[in-house]
Amino acid sequence: MTAHPRMALGGGGSSHREAMRPPEMRPPEMRSRETSVASTAEDERGRAQRFREAALPHLGDVYTLARYLLRNPADAEDAAQECYLRAFRHFDTFRGGPIKPWLLAILRNVCRAEYARRGTLAAVQADGMDAAADEVAETLWGEASPSPEAAGLSRFDAETVQRLIAQLPDAFREVLVLREINDLSYREIAEVTAAPVGTVMSRLARARALLRDLWLAEEKGS
Amino acid sequence: MTCEEALVLVHALADGELDAGHARDVEAHVAQCPRCAAALAAAREMKERLRAAPLDFAVPASLRAGIDRAVPVPAPVTSRRALLKGVALGGVASALAAASVTFVVLRGSHDDRILGDAISAHLRSLQADHLTDVLSSNQHTVKPWFNGRIDLAPPVIDLTAQGFTLVGGRLDYIDGKPAAAIVYRRRVHVINLFVAQDLGAAPSTPQLTIVQGFNVLRWNENGLNLLAVSDLDREELQEFGAKFSAAARASAQG
Repeated sequence: MTAHPRMALGGGGSSHREAMRPPEMRPPEMRSRETSVASTAEDERGRAQRFREAALPHLGDVYTLARYLLRNPADAEDAAQECYLRAFRHFDTFRGGPIKPWLLAILRNVCRAEYARRGTLAAVQADGMDAAADEVAETLWGEASPSPEAAGLSRFDAETVQRLIAQLPDAFREVLVLREINDLSYREIAEVTAAPVGTVMSRLARARALLRDLWLAEEKGS
Repeated sequence: MTCEEALVLVHALADGELDAGHARDVEAHVAQCPRCAAALAAAREMKERLRAAPLDFAVPASLRAGIDRAVPVPAPVTSRRALLKGVALGGVASALAAASVTFVVLRGSHDDRILGDAISAHLRSLQADHLTDVLSSNQHTVKPWFNGRIDLAPPVIDLTAQGFTLVGGRLDYIDGKPAAAIVYRRRVHVINLFVAQDLGAAPSTPQLTIVQGFNVLRWNENGLNLLAVSDLDREELQEFGAKFSAAARASAQG
C-alpha cells in the first residue's frame, strides 16, 4: 500500500506526463533500480543506519509503554519488536519532527491488535472506557474532592506504583503513562492516541483521580 | 470560569501546558475556590510522587538482539564484492586478500562451526519457508518420518501440554553431516531442536549459551547430542530444555 505514493513521488516528473507515456516505456525509477544495484545497497545501508540512530534511543520508552499497555513482559517484548519492524518498514513515510510519538503510535496499534487477538473482552473494555472518558467532565466534578489538609500521599516503591498504574482502565492508563513516564506533550499524546486534545486533558484528569483512589486504598490495605 | 472547566484545567496548569492567559484565569479561579485549589494540589502531589519513583522498565537484552537482527546495518559494500573483483583480475594483492579470507573462513574450532551452522540452519528455516519436511503435531507421525533418512532415532516428544507446540520435523545439515531438526513453537517464537551423534560440547544437563543474539541450549540425552536454537527468552528456553529432558528420560525408562 505504501509502495504506491512512493512510486509516484519517485517518478519526479508530472504525473500527467507519466500517465501519457506509452506502456512500453518504463517509469524512470524502474530503470534506475536495474542499473545501480551498488547504490541501492548503499542506500539500504544508509537507511538502516539512519533508522537505528533515530529510533533506537527510544527503545526504552517503547518497551515501557508496551509493558504498561499489555501488562506482561513476554507480550511487551514481542510488541516492541513488532513495532520496530513496522517502523523500519515504513520509515520512508516518517516525515521528520520528533520520532518518539511516531514510534509510540505504531506501538499502540500493535498493542491494540494484541488486545483483539486476546479476545473481545479487553477491546470491549477499552471502547467502554472511551465512552466513559467522553463523559468524564460530568462525573469528575461530581466526585468528592480531597480537602487540602488530606494531601500527603504515602511514598511507595516503584514496584508498588507500577502495580497501581496497571490497575487503571486502558484509556486512562495510556494517557497517564504517555504523560508522566514517556514525557509527551498533550499535543503529542493526542497524536498517538488519535483523540482530540480536550479528550486527552479530561482523561488525564480522570486518570490522576482514579490513581489517587487506588493509592489511598493501598495505604489503607498496607 | 466554572469549576467544571477548572477541575480539568488545573491538570493542564500542573503540566505546564497552558498559555499565559489561560494560566492566569485558572490561577485566579483557584485563588477563590478551595475545591479547585485542592484539585490542583492533588495533581501536583501526584506528579511529584510519580516523578520520585523510576517507573520505566529496563529493556531486555533479548529485545535489543532481536531488533539488531531485524534491522541489521548491512556490512559495507566493499569487502566481498571488492575481493571477488580482485580475484577475477588476478592481482597479487587480491590473491593475498583472498587467502586471508580463506583463513578466516577456515579458522574457528569445531565447536564454533557447529554453533554457526546451527544458527544458519535456524535462520534458513525461518526465511526460506522451509520450516518442516513433515508437518504434524503428532509425535507418532514425526518420529517414524526420520526412519531411513538419518541413522539415528531422534527423541520426538509432544510438549503441547507444557506450552511448547510440536510443529514438525526436518532433515538438516550441521557441520556437513545430517541432523534431525524437530520444530516447536511458543507463541510466535520458533525453536529448532537439532539432534545428531556429535554436536560438539554436550553436557549432561541443558546448558545455555548466546550466539549472535540467539539463545542456544545444548545437552546430551541417551547418547545423542541435542542443540536447541531460538529467539525465545532464556528463561523460557531453559524451561523448554528442562521439560524436554524430563519427558525424554521418563519415556526412556518407561
